[in-house]
Amino acid sequence: VISEAERAAIDAVVGTDLGWGDVARKATGGRLARGGAMLRSRRHLLLPALQAAQRAVGWVTPEALEYLDSRLGVAPADSYGVATFYDLLRTSPGSRATVRVCNDISCTRVPLDDLGDDVAIEPVSCLGHCAHGSAALVEVQGHSDVTVTPVTTDRVRAAIEGHAPANAPDTIGGTLDLLSRVGVVDPGSLADYVRHGGYAALEKAFAIGPAAVIGEIEISLLRGRGGASFPTGRKWSAVARSDATEKYVVCNADESEPSTFKDRVLVESDPFAIVEALTIAAFAVGASRGFIYVRGEYPLAYKRIQRAVSAAREAGLLGRSVMGTDFTFDVEVRRGGGAYVCGEETALFNSIEGFRGEPRSKPPFPTEVGLFGKPTLVNNVETLANILLIVAGGGKAFASLGRDGSTGTKLFSVSGRVAEPGLYEAPCCATLGKVINLAGGPIGDFRAALIGGAAGIFMGPDRLEDAMSFEHLAALGESYGSAAVVVFDETSDLDAVARRIAGFFRHESCGQCVPCRVGTVVQQEALERLLGGDATQQGILADVDRVMTDASICGLGRTAASAIRSALRLGLIGGAT
Amino acid sequence: VFGAGGGTSSYKEAEETDLIILWGSNARNAHPIFFHHLLRGVRNGATMIVVDPRRSASAEFADLWLGIDVGSDIALANAVGREIITSRLMDTEFIERATSGFEAYRESVQEWTLDRAAEVTGVPADAIRELAHTYALAPTAQLCWTLGITEHHNGTDNVFSLINLALLTGHIGRWGSGLVPVRGQNNVQGGGDMGALPNKLPGFKDVTNDTERARFEAVYGKTLPSENGWHISQMFDAMECGDLRSLYVIGENPARSEADAARVRRLLGGLDHLVVQDMFLTKTAELADVVFPAAAGWAETDGTFTSSERRVQLVRKALEPPGEARDDLAIIVDLAAHLGHDWGHPTAEETWNELRGLSVIHAGMSYERLEKLGGLQWPCGDEDDPGQPFLHGRLWEDPLKGPRAPFTPVEWVPPVDELDDEFPIRLTTGRRLDSFNTGVQSGRYRSPKRWGESLDLSPEDAASHGLTDGDMARVISRRGSVQAPVRTDPNLRPGLAFMTFHFPEQVDTNLLTVDAWDPKSGTSEYKATAIRIERAEEAP
Repeated sequence: VISEAERAAIDAVVGTDLGWGDVARKATGGRLARGGAMLRSRRHLLLPALQAAQRAVGWVTPEALEYLDSRLGVAPADSYGVATFYDLLRTSPGSRATVRVCNDISCTRVPLDDLGDDVAIEPVSCLGHCAHGSAALVEVQGHSDVTVTPVTTDRVRAAIEGHAPANAPDTIGGTLDLLSRVGVVDPGSLADYVRHGGYAALEKAFAIGPAAVIGEIEISLLRGRGGASFPTGRKWSAVARSDATEKYVVCNADESEPSTFKDRVLVESDPFAIVEALTIAAFAVGASRGFIYVRGEYPLAYKRIQRAVSAAREAGLLGRSVMGTDFTFDVEVRRGGGAYVCGEETALFNSIEGFRGEPRSKPPFPTEVGLFGKPTLVNNVETLANILLIVAGGGKAFASLGRDGSTGTKLFSVSGRVAEPGLYEAPCCATLGKVINLAGGPIGDFRAALIGGAAGIFMGPDRLEDAMSFEHLAALGESYGSAAVVVFDETSDLDAVARRIAGFFRHESCGQCVPCRVGTVVQQEALERLLGGDATQQGILADVDRVMTDASICGLGRTAASAIRSALRLGLIGGAT
Repeated sequence: VFGAGGGTSSYKEAEETDLIILWGSNARNAHPIFFHHLLRGVRNGATMIVVDPRRSASAEFADLWLGIDVGSDIALANAVGREIITSRLMDTEFIERATSGFEAYRESVQEWTLDRAAEVTGVPADAIRELAHTYALAPTAQLCWTLGITEHHNGTDNVFSLINLALLTGHIGRWGSGLVPVRGQNNVQGGGDMGALPNKLPGFKDVTNDTERARFEAVYGKTLPSENGWHISQMFDAMECGDLRSLYVIGENPARSEADAARVRRLLGGLDHLVVQDMFLTKTAELADVVFPAAAGWAETDGTFTSSERRVQLVRKALEPPGEARDDLAIIVDLAAHLGHDWGHPTAEETWNELRGLSVIHAGMSYERLEKLGGLQWPCGDEDDPGQPFLHGRLWEDPLKGPRAPFTPVEWVPPVDELDDEFPIRLTTGRRLDSFNTGVQSGRYRSPKRWGESLDLSPEDAASHGLTDGDMARVISRRGSVQAPVRTDPNLRPGLAFMTFHFPEQVDTNLLTVDAWDPKSGTSEYKATAIRIERAEEAP
């Protein structure tokens, strides 16, 4: 039988009006139940309900899955499939507390002293605190998760005991257009946001109308900042053109690319900007419902954006007749479950809808068949932050900053062997050397930088003058991806970095398509043999690279070989070849 | 009513229909393969309504579930009919052109107001109205039922009451609209088609029809009995009075599966001669004088199966049967030889071709076509006939060809085993997902969700008897008593209990059930037993 705590947690998420709870049973004398299509339309509450159930008792019990079956009409086998998809969900009893310590590229794994029998210590992928050099996600049964950065045993112990210590502040620098309010505005105060120019852009959008908003964005030549660099205006007008009665806007805040933390900083420090920009997007394309999907490992960002949405709703900036207009729009905030692949937009849709976060085949593209099968505008956090600048200042002014078709400014998450790791904003299109210098320049002899995280590419000293622009890199068949920059010098163990990347993709492959599922495993094994001295493995790595890059369903598989390929080409790993 | 015993529709129609009604069927557990077709329909946007005393696993998928009293189906159906008529939602044109007896039907349902039906069925009146309107207004609708309808002393009348609704609304004879009695085994339909019925020759020709019988006699070279045989309930009555002294049982386990099991076993044990032919040494086979070990119906034999959608499919032999087990056909042919009749050694295909010569609905189904087309749906009159995905399309031809489809007014009669102060709880029986009937076929496989037999009770009834999960309860009916562990189930309402009959070695549920049977179908009233519950003092 399900525990009261779980039942209450699940009921709080899914409600008690449909399906088969005690309430319905008593009301009808056990004679009548309604559900079916109405009930199944709440499938999207499955992940939040699983998260609530786990928070209550520390893991997702079989009883919780059975109970969800009666409340959401999702068979236990089905919801088990969802629960086991996400790293942050557990389907076997866990400890009272779990400390997930970042073991990714930019971080040092700080050894922790014994924290007691009821505390488990597990490794986890990048937590987005690369500039601080170490981070841990602390999960305590019955409490909200907290991040601890930097990591020491005492700081982690305090967090477990409910007295989370203040974390190291984020270092920012550079142009400070997108970052103008970061560290300046109170992220919990709507009034403070308005004082710093907040909601002027939305007001202007209402004044000029949807078509003009999209027109400004097209003029701005803004490209998406999530990694794919698709022209934003084209995306917006495609969704706006659709005559579907139901459309969605989605903010992709599932920033999971290792060594990337730009979206985390924006959401944590300037959450109202994202809510405002998403509202403008909805107004421009004609959507009345939006979702903000925040990475599961970003508890503070989740909390702050949730509060921002509530505050905006209370102030009449969301909901019915926004700012007194006849425009209606509301937002739900969702928290990811710990799955890198959910950063892929269609996997993110599946995740919101309550399914395993497996990417869909494209086409159809989200602008036609997106969330819940409806035309959907999905934009990255940084892209949305740009929208405010464009709407407020005009597309033409925005486009004047930049060259060769790349416009505006760009955020770079810089970590590794630099003097001042942090988040830096540079006008398009700064060179790699300029970006590194913004962060105080390299420590030691610059050997290489990894651009774009695990899915990215290594660049050697000969690339320091290369412009970090979409056009320049695309011409070379490259991309800056998430614009993470991790700098390595002669002390860096690049074999370990390559191992980490290969292991990361093997772990994060969703398993849906064979090239990626099998390829990431073969890649890791071949890399291991290569690093052990077997040079013949280069051929296997090249083969599996081609298969994954050509034939995978989504970007995860298509970029899984990218970093290792470039590391081999530059001779950074596998000894001097 | 329609002359042939079989579902009218194809499985595919369940996937493309607008409305699915599961009436007295927990298909998700009892017919899981068919339920997959229904689920596809639901995914394609079909509304699903479930009528079942329990909020069954199937009901979990339903847009609306009506939890009626056991055995009140006719009351509900007649009220639905009346509501459709009084709201003028019936298909008048169809009724006038293709049916007969509408006036008598209208008359017969007159007394079944929503309020009266609510009183008898226990279901709120507005839910009954919603069922009626949804069914009448759906562009297409599949009305599916199983043993919750047929395993009653008036099971045939229950079926008639549903057929009346299809005639009233024209939900018959069109793609997506039909009547679907789902069969419990892969080849129940085939058994009936082949004449394994006491009153039918192969292809559903009446035994009592002299002309038809003569056709069969001419081919068989033998005179056939001109009177209907006994169905299984009549056989046991005949054993009781000594008219039936020898029995040949093929692939059945009546010692376990029949209602009032103590009586059945006494009667089987008292026969002069009992022969059992089965894959397993069943409880019935243990009582037999002679047991013929039979090959498995699939993998070890050639032949055909016929599914609920009337689709005849080839089955091919892949393995030699183990030990002394033999093909049913070979056993029967050899038995005939020992009885002095040389039937040769026909192959499955030769036997099938003989049938095709006699059963017009199978005439066009050569092995070659069955193989090539992946099966054919009867009727299939000749080798150019593609078969029929659904039956009774002729009812929509104008002018109508052939006879009209008759309404059959039916009266509601409560279950035989009445509730009273001494036996206040209604026990109904059914299946669970991972077990099949008496467990002969499924019991040897492990399942993570099988907990053995239990007496499933509403939490309220369990509490009022001072019982909690796992406690032993004694279940007493007017015929016998058994002990079973209690399992509370909020899908049951107070006054309703549920057991399976999957674990007869553990709990012989059919010691409780009533042997009252439907004179028209011969099926026993497994679904409605009056019981009382006591705490069992000692461990069983």
